[in-house]
Amino acid sequence: MNITINGQPKQFSAALTVSALLETLQLDSKRVAIELNSKVLLLEQFDASRLQDGDVLEIVQFVGGG
Amino acid sequence: MKIEINERPTDIADGTTLQQLQRQVTPDADLAILNGFPMKTDSPLAEGDRVVFIRRGLQPNADELEALMAARHTPGVHARIKRTTVGIAGCGGLGSSVAIALARIGVGHLIIADFDVVEPSNLNRQQYFIDQIGLPKVEALRDNLSRINPYVRITHHFERLTPVNIPELFGSVDVMVEAFDEADQKAMLAQTFLSRVSGKPLVMGSGMAGFGPSNTVVTQRAATNLYLVGDGETAARPGEGLMAPRVGIAAHHQANAVLRLLLGESPA
Repeated sequence: MNITINGQPKQFSAALTVSALLETLQLDSKRVAIELNSKVLLLEQFDASRLQDGDVLEIVQFVGGG
Repeated sequence: MKIEINERPTDIADGTTLQQLQRQVTPDADLAILNGFPMKTDSPLAEGDRVVFIRRGLQPNADELEALMAARHTPGVHARIKRTTVGIAGCGGLGSSVAIALARIGVGHLIIADFDVVEPSNLNRQQYFIDQIGLPKVEALRDNLSRINPYVRITHHFERLTPVNIPELFGSVDVMVEAFDEADQKAMLAQTFLSRVSGKPLVMGSGMAGFGPSNTVVTQRAATNLYLVGDGETAARPGEGLMAPRVGIAAHHQANAVLRLLLGESPA
């Protein structure tokens, strides 16, 4: 399965949800915004959002301070 | 000859001097400023001179301030900014500075929200005064903004922002600003605003702690309607605190991104 993450092509062998992808990338799901094919997801949608071949994903990470 | 009096182009008789002009237009003025310099003595005037007469303590009314701003910003730009609404979530180091920059340029309506009160430690970077300690930040900021530009409309909410109230409070904005402290709150706002308030851009901050190089703070487009300001990595933590200079740089990146979006330009 080929998906594009932040403009970079990536290959994954198994089916993945957004939550599983974040775990694989070792990212804290509470500190990111995810745009999947131009649509921003809510945190509670991460578990049920299954990635498909050709998906385009933007992962935006946040750090504290402001 | 043509000169500018208080930013308005005006025709005056050739040979008029500064003090003659002052007696004609504002006899009660205390100060005469010619081409940027306060003048104690009379001076001949020439074509193209810029003259400002000031009476100390007298505040311009809404129309006069508007004319001054329009002259500074060019009339078309000012008219567009004046019609807009900007939301600011969080009134700490980022939010208070963004709000002041936007009030100074005359954004018509600011919606500010924060659940916090002014603490002594906030004074190292946030736009509050020592006599405002203990006040809700939204009230202190409203007061400070009104002292800068009383003709900007301010709506303030003294409450914690949640996935439920964000779409209600900020549904009408043209551009939204995220100015929270906590990373998980930034994520919550991004998810809520971008999925529930459709089509409106969000300008966020991430990574501006410490005193690292200024030029590592950048404005980037991170998703379709999401612009991200900061170095992306310098979190606030013990040993790397938030300080006025770098937080101010990030805040003004955000304010300029807002201005560019309001004027139909790409911020990044």
